[in-house]
Amino acid sequence: MATDYIVGIDLGTTNSLVAFMQGETPVVIPGEDGLNLVPSVVALDAANHPIIGNSARNFLIETPERAVYSIKRLMGRGIEDIQEELKFFPFRIAEDLQPGEVLRIKLGDKTSTPPEISALILRQLKRNAERYFGAAVTKAVITVPAYFNDAQRQATKDAGRIAGLEVLRLVNEPTAASLAYGLDKKQNGIVAVYDLGGGTFDVSILKLHDGIFEVIATNGDTHLGGDDIDNLLITIALDDIRGDLGVDLRKNAEAVQAIRQAVIDAKIALSSQNSVKLDIELPGGKRYQREITREQYEQLIQPILDRTVGPCKQALKDAGLKPEQIDEVVLVGGSTRIPKVRALVKELFQREPHTGLNPDEVVALGAAVQANILGGGSEATQNMLLLDVTPLSLGIEVAGGVTDKIILRNSTIPASATQFYTTQIDGQANVAIHVLQGERELAKDCRSLARFDLKGIPPMAAGIPRVEVKFLIDANGILSVSAREQRSGKEAEIQVQPSYGLTDEQVESMILDSFDNAEEDFRRRQVIEARNEAETIIAALEKGRMSPAWGVLTSEEKKQIAKMEKSLNAVKAEDDYQAIRKAIDALNQGTTRLAELMMDTAVSSALKGKNMNETDLGEGPTAPHPVAKAEFE
Amino acid sequence: MTNSPTATIHEKGAALSCWSCAAPFGEGQSASFCAACGKVQPAAQVDYFAFFGLPRKLNLDVKPLEKNFYELSRKLHPDLSARASAQEQEWSLQQSSLLNDAYRTLKDPIKRTQYLLHLEGVELEEQSKSATEQARASGEMKKQIVPPDLLEEVFELNMQLEELRMQKKMGEDDPALIEEVGNQKLAFETKNEALLEELQGQWKAWDKLIDEGAEANPSERSQAITKMVDVLNRRNYIRNLLRDVTAVMES
Repeated sequence: MATDYIVGIDLGTTNSLVAFMQGETPVVIPGEDGLNLVPSVVALDAANHPIIGNSARNFLIETPERAVYSIKRLMGRGIEDIQEELKFFPFRIAEDLQPGEVLRIKLGDKTSTPPEISALILRQLKRNAERYFGAAVTKAVITVPAYFNDAQRQATKDAGRIAGLEVLRLVNEPTAASLAYGLDKKQNGIVAVYDLGGGTFDVSILKLHDGIFEVIATNGDTHLGGDDIDNLLITIALDDIRGDLGVDLRKNAEAVQAIRQAVIDAKIALSSQNSVKLDIELPGGKRYQREITREQYEQLIQPILDRTVGPCKQALKDAGLKPEQIDEVVLVGGSTRIPKVRALVKELFQREPHTGLNPDEVVALGAAVQANILGGGSEATQNMLLLDVTPLSLGIEVAGGVTDKIILRNSTIPASATQFYTTQIDGQANVAIHVLQGERELAKDCRSLARFDLKGIPPMAAGIPRVEVKFLIDANGILSVSAREQRSGKEAEIQVQPSYGLTDEQVESMILDSFDNAEEDFRRRQVIEARNEAETIIAALEKGRMSPAWGVLTSEEKKQIAKMEKSLNAVKAEDDYQAIRKAIDALNQGTTRLAELMMDTAVSSALKGKNMNETDLGEGPTAPHPVAKAEFE
Repeated sequence: MTNSPTATIHEKGAALSCWSCAAPFGEGQSASFCAACGKVQPAAQVDYFAFFGLPRKLNLDVKPLEKNFYELSRKLHPDLSARASAQEQEWSLQQSSLLNDAYRTLKDPIKRTQYLLHLEGVELEEQSKSATEQARASGEMKKQIVPPDLLEEVFELNMQLEELRMQKKMGEDDPALIEEVGNQKLAFETKNEALLEELQGQWKAWDKLIDEGAEANPSERSQAITKMVDVLNRRNYIRNLLRDVTAVMES
């Protein structure tokens, strides 16, 4: 059986990584630039080719309208959810967006959905892995924030599909991290994972028991992370600049990006230094300078850090545990490098947190471990099994707009619930079901997942049909619904209208789109290669004209060759690689006698005492027929 | 790997032998997976007790249940069938969700009791749901029947709660009242714990009846059920009351 590589991918708000299990150890696969982190930045170059990662970062400053970052914040969300984001992020929403349509972002002169943009990042990671293995990669485990809801998970899965990856499993980021940590520890106990990344915060409490990683409780905030610190610092800088220099740069995208880069550098520096000096060149040659001390910085970010306290306390409460019952605390995510965050965690869990593994890489490493488990395991992962939970309660809307919870949060997944429905009027054939996710009492305060329409209920008197509807949350945390009318035994048809997601057909067409692009890429490459070959044969012909063999040809032969050369030159300018190849072929045929004659000349020169090398076999028509090397499909 | 999934099915829907290696299943054995070849089997219609091979008794030691849960997870979890056929993956999904649902229900004393009552034909939730819907239809507040022995205390607590609510609205703060409500809350929490103990006493009576045989003492059985329903209803009432108290105090 051919080796089937399953990679683990951390699709992050700020950075993304791909890792796999090399023997007994998970390793991160570097990109072409040798770096492990691929910034989650997507840009379109002047020719509308997507550029991903480090090379896309320059676009953020130079042509901000052709670049997008932190796209993860928009995954699985509707326009009404992201008003807050739009204040701080330069997302340009498509103007022709219809109500109920999946968000589309303007990137250059194209518009794309968040899953499509994420798919470009995934495709880059896929390519990095393929280059590393020298083989195709089609299967992956992708991590998601534990607190991602159904729509956000589905959007991530869609992104994988669009990128040409079969997503074998979505794993929660903190759980993945615990797998990476657990690999070499192999001990029993209660572990808390505090994961503060670029855009999301998760806390998970796990029970480790002889290789079983059982999540007991999880909580979080899918819109809380290092981005919020950046935005706070940017706002302060912009206010300062307006006050001191009297210029309002809020609408100046390039200046904002320059400030953003500067405050990020300052933020990072303040994790190791006691003070940092911001010095930013502004449009018009002025400079913005300001010193920030660690103390000031910590005061500024305290309200952001405090937002992680509630979820931690709730997770402990849900787990039925006191802080002193936690055996170990693990830190994950780049933002946990901030000393103040570490101090907060220490205080919350009354324990010195673990920082053995690189907080930027640990999630990807854990994803690689899970990929290995799914691929059949190895000695290192033998006996390891992950039992995760659903982060949010699943409910259905009942009379009066109230949520009736049918699967409670922190239930181990897969999990299911069965509900029975009947009809209100005689002969009623349809029943509508509104599925929600969240903890609030009223349906309007919960997340709408989908509206299901049970169809084809056999005509019966009101209240007689008994439709059994089964809600099933799979190991990815994604819901599926099936229904059966019990009296007739008829499988009821379900029509799903996802509230915030792509339909299967849309995803399919997006896969085709990227496939078309692949075709386009392939075609373009063929044209370039054919042109190069045409150049080679034309150059070879030039040399042939100089050789004594040229004089041997009849004038008719010379005329024919000139005609074929002319037509090759003509098609060479066009984009039809097949036509170029045809013309090359023709010229190739037409110059066969010339090539033979030149060979003879070479041979006779050799007989005259010159050696082959001196006859310049290395290039030009003196070499065996130049075109003989080319192979045509 | 290419075995077509055929299985001998008896009238209850449970297979008598493994679809893959044809090894026969023993009588009364939980056949979520085949003991001979380890393959996950199609999910049968079994109740949560039967899934774990347990009698319908309420005094349940959670430790061995947890051990059993872990062992079965190692057989049934979808991670283990990630490379198997689509059909096997589907069975694994069904079986492990059944396992998780069963474990979640049985490990919790209240959920376990409610589930047993459901198996015995009592629908506590349905009762409460239809009461809620009726109340909504008539536009009235849902009336919960106050357990008679709690009447006096509940009345007093509700009065105080109303006062506290008013004060909070006015932005006033009466530490004495808050303390009084807090004490009442504590008293009800203690009552709830006592109710759990009372319930555990009833488990013993129920389990004894189970030991005596399936159809023994039908009248005692229905008495035991009635008692448990009563305790659960009272407990439920107090729980809702406590939730209201917490809501007001934290508002």
